[in-house]
Order: sequence, then C-alpha cells, then structure tokens
Amino acid sequence: MSELPGDLLFTAEHEWLRKEDDGSLTIGITDHAQAALGDLVYVELPEVGQELESGAEMAVVESVKAASDVYAPVSGSVLEVNEALADDPETINSDPYGDGWIVRVQPGDDSVDTMTPDEYQQFLDELED
Amino acid sequence: MGLRTPLYKQHVDAGARIVDFGGWDMPLHYGSQVEEHHAVRQDAGAFDVSHMTIVDLEGDACREFLSRLLANDIGKLKTPGKALYSCMLNEDGGVVDDLITYYLDDRHYRMVVNAATREQDLQWILKQAEGRDVEVTEQPDLAMVAVQGPAARDKAAGLLEPALRDGALALKPFTALAADELFVARTGYTGEDGWEIVMPAAAAADFWQGLVDAGVRPCGLGARDTLRLEAGMNLYGTDMDLEVSPLECGLAWTVAFEPHDRDFIGRAALEAQRRDPQRRRFSGLLLEGRGVLRNHQRVVVDGAGEGEITSGGFSPTLGRSIALARLPAGDYDRAQVDVRGKLLDVRLVSPPFVCNGKARIEL
Repeated sequence: MSELPGDLLFTAEHEWLRKEDDGSLTIGITDHAQAALGDLVYVELPEVGQELESGAEMAVVESVKAASDVYAPVSGSVLEVNEALADDPETINSDPYGDGWIVRVQPGDDSVDTMTPDEYQQFLDELED
Repeated sequence: MGLRTPLYKQHVDAGARIVDFGGWDMPLHYGSQVEEHHAVRQDAGAFDVSHMTIVDLEGDACREFLSRLLANDIGKLKTPGKALYSCMLNEDGGVVDDLITYYLDDRHYRMVVNAATREQDLQWILKQAEGRDVEVTEQPDLAMVAVQGPAARDKAAGLLEPALRDGALALKPFTALAADELFVARTGYTGEDGWEIVMPAAAAADFWQGLVDAGVRPCGLGARDTLRLEAGMNLYGTDMDLEVSPLECGLAWTVAFEPHDRDFIGRAALEAQRRDPQRRRFSGLLLEGRGVLRNHQRVVVDGAGEGEITSGGFSPTLGRSIALARLPAGDYDRAQVDVRGKLLDVRLVSPPFVCNGKARIEL
C-alpha cells in the first residue's frame, strides 16, 4: 500500500478531497478503491453546473468486473469534471490522487465527515482485519 | 477457506487477488486483468485451470455410452487424439454441462467438465453409465495449465521432453496426445492458439515456474472471462444451464441430429424445439456508444419483445462493450439495452467478436 498524500482528506466511501486555494474541493477515489475495483474501463461524469447532494450518486466508475456508484461526499455545484477520463478511465488506476481526479466542486455549507490520512490508514487497516 | 489447486502458493506469491470460484480459491488477476488479457492476444499467457474436473472413461462400451450421453456425435471422432466439444443434456434438453471429450483409444476417453458443476456432472455420468461396461474415474490428483496466445506453443515447447515436443508441436487444432505422465491438447478457451496441458499435481509448480521463466504471463480468471467472451464462447451457469437447451444458447452447431437414429439424451425435446417458431435467438451485441453491458441487463427489441444479456462486459481488444444475449424470436439487427435506467443502442453481431488477435466484427 502506497503512502497516502498528506494534503488530502478521506471518506469512509473511499473518496478523497483536496481543498484548493480558491475554496473549491477536488474529489477522486482512493488507491484502495481503485485496487478493489480493478481495471477501470468507463467513467460516467456529472455535468458542469450540476448541483450535487451529499450522499447522492455523483459519478459511476465501471471496471472490468462491475459498475460502482461514486457518492458526492459534499453538497455543492460542479465547477469542472475530468473530461480526460472519458478516453482514459484507467488513469484512475495509475494515478488516483493526481491525474485521476474526478470532479471539482464549489461546496455548500454543510459539514463533511472526513478523515485525515492517518485516520484513513487506520480505517483501512481495520477493514483488512 | 476454499479448495486449492497445486498452484495456489504460486498465485499468492505472485500477488494474485484470490476469489472464490465454484468453491475454489482462484486467482482473479495478478495486478491488471486488462494487461493479462492483452498478453494472451499478443503474446502468451498461462492459466491455472486445475480446478476443472477431469473424468476418465474406460471400457468396451465407452463409445456407445458417449453416443447416448453427448448431444454432439462421438462418431465424428475417427482417429485417437481427436477432441469433441459437446453439451450433455437432460431428457428435457436442458444443458447439464458443456465439456470436451478426448478420444484416447477405443477403450479410453477423457472428459474435462466444469468445476462448478462437478457434483451434478459426476452424478449424471455415473447414473447414465449404470449397467454398461464403462468405468468412470475422476482424476483429482491431476493439475491442468492452459497456455494461450500466438507465442504460447513456442514458449511452452521448451518445457516438454524432446520425445514429446515434436509430437506436441505437430498437433492440429482440437487434437491431443498423451505420453508418460503428460497430456497435451491443442485446445483452449480464449480464441487464441495454444495448449491445455494436464500433469501430475506434483509437477505443476515447476512447470508453472518454467512458463514464467520462458516469458509466459500468469493470467487470472478475470482475463479468462473477457477472452472467452470476445471469442464468443459460452460460460456454463451464465449463458446456459439446466433450463436452457443448446438451441437457445448459440450451441445448435454442437448438436448432431445426424445420424437420425442416434438416440442421445434430450433428442426428443430438441426435435420439438427445433420446429418451434417462437424459439429464442442467441446473439452477440455490440454497444454503439460508451458504457458497459453487464450480465442480466434487459434487452428491448422494438416490436419483438424483451430479452436478457447472459454475458456482458468490456472488450479490451475492441475498446468497446460487448455481450451475449438471449432474445425474442424475430428478424431484426438492432435493439436497446437497459443500462442503469437508460436505454442504450446495440447492434446484433455474430460471434466471435475477436479471434487470433483480430476483430471479427465491424465496429
């Protein structure tokens, strides 16, 4: 298991969030999630401008094995989606915390339940037990 | 813990993701299912298929017995070494299993049946063999490795004893030879050239390592499934089962109605179904746009009714989603599939989708 980037926050749904300087949040799925899914072959992205509701389906990632919903970890509006994933969904496998990002959103006011890298690592360790 | 093949440790040591398959702990992939898939299409891959059930038949009545047991005609096998792909049917024409039968000599035949159906198959075979001069012996102490891909035979040949090597390289497709403790067949489940090699369990680890050293890539059940789907090959339990006849799962070509007096099990049911105009079609599907077709998705055919995808997935070779589907009767070449609530356009195509490294359908 690779080291978790220190500037990210994590959710129990195996998503990561990064706070950008402009207050927006970039969101993707974790290395653990991509490894569990296997080779990704298709990503269905939300529309720019779409309003996301925390806990509702935001995107779909499909691997050779199965389709999985990606749930919005926060409410907010979509500022940008990673269009490159349409042609190269496997980028999520090769670089989940970098070029494999999924969306950037302007978050609403609701609080988000997240974990620090250390907390998420502990969460993963407990899953494996 | 499930059942384990003689190569279980090799899989774990190589970092395989292990999953349950029909009660067996089997490798799903060793890192990337898609890369394993490409290795088989372009070079060579090795699959541990030791979980499959090998059943040997011995006795004077073997041929007569197989002539009754199999929907395909064992009489087509004229010379020892030849193999036959067939279904075994119940009296209703439902598929008990699909299998390959090898003709070794007049008193010896070898059958390779599915792991997930082992109990059902053995019971069925033993029941049909009752009162005949056929001894049925399962061979649980044998391992089986499939080496598949355009370079597979070349790379694996070096592992065979010189005495066996030339004969193995000279095998024609769908033939086999047995020598000493090895059994080599030019068969497979990928749409590529290659061998399936049966050996004593104790020899499996060295053989596997030899393949790896020769540049053959270990491949898991994941790649095995996408390869067989591209090759348009059926999977038992998914594309057909006890409720489905070979005429409704694309296997009509394996049913030998000639000679007309060969009384194989299920024949009467198939004769009736053969004349039924409402008999369901079985076809390949190509998804026109983006997305992934999956097993059990609903297929909607304008004016004809509804069907179901039996095997669906993403084709790494084509970069498109493909499927096998059971569909309502009728003459049409387009349909729609309900993918997560959206109706997506698909075109009906005739499998195989891919064979010997090349697309066999128009994209």
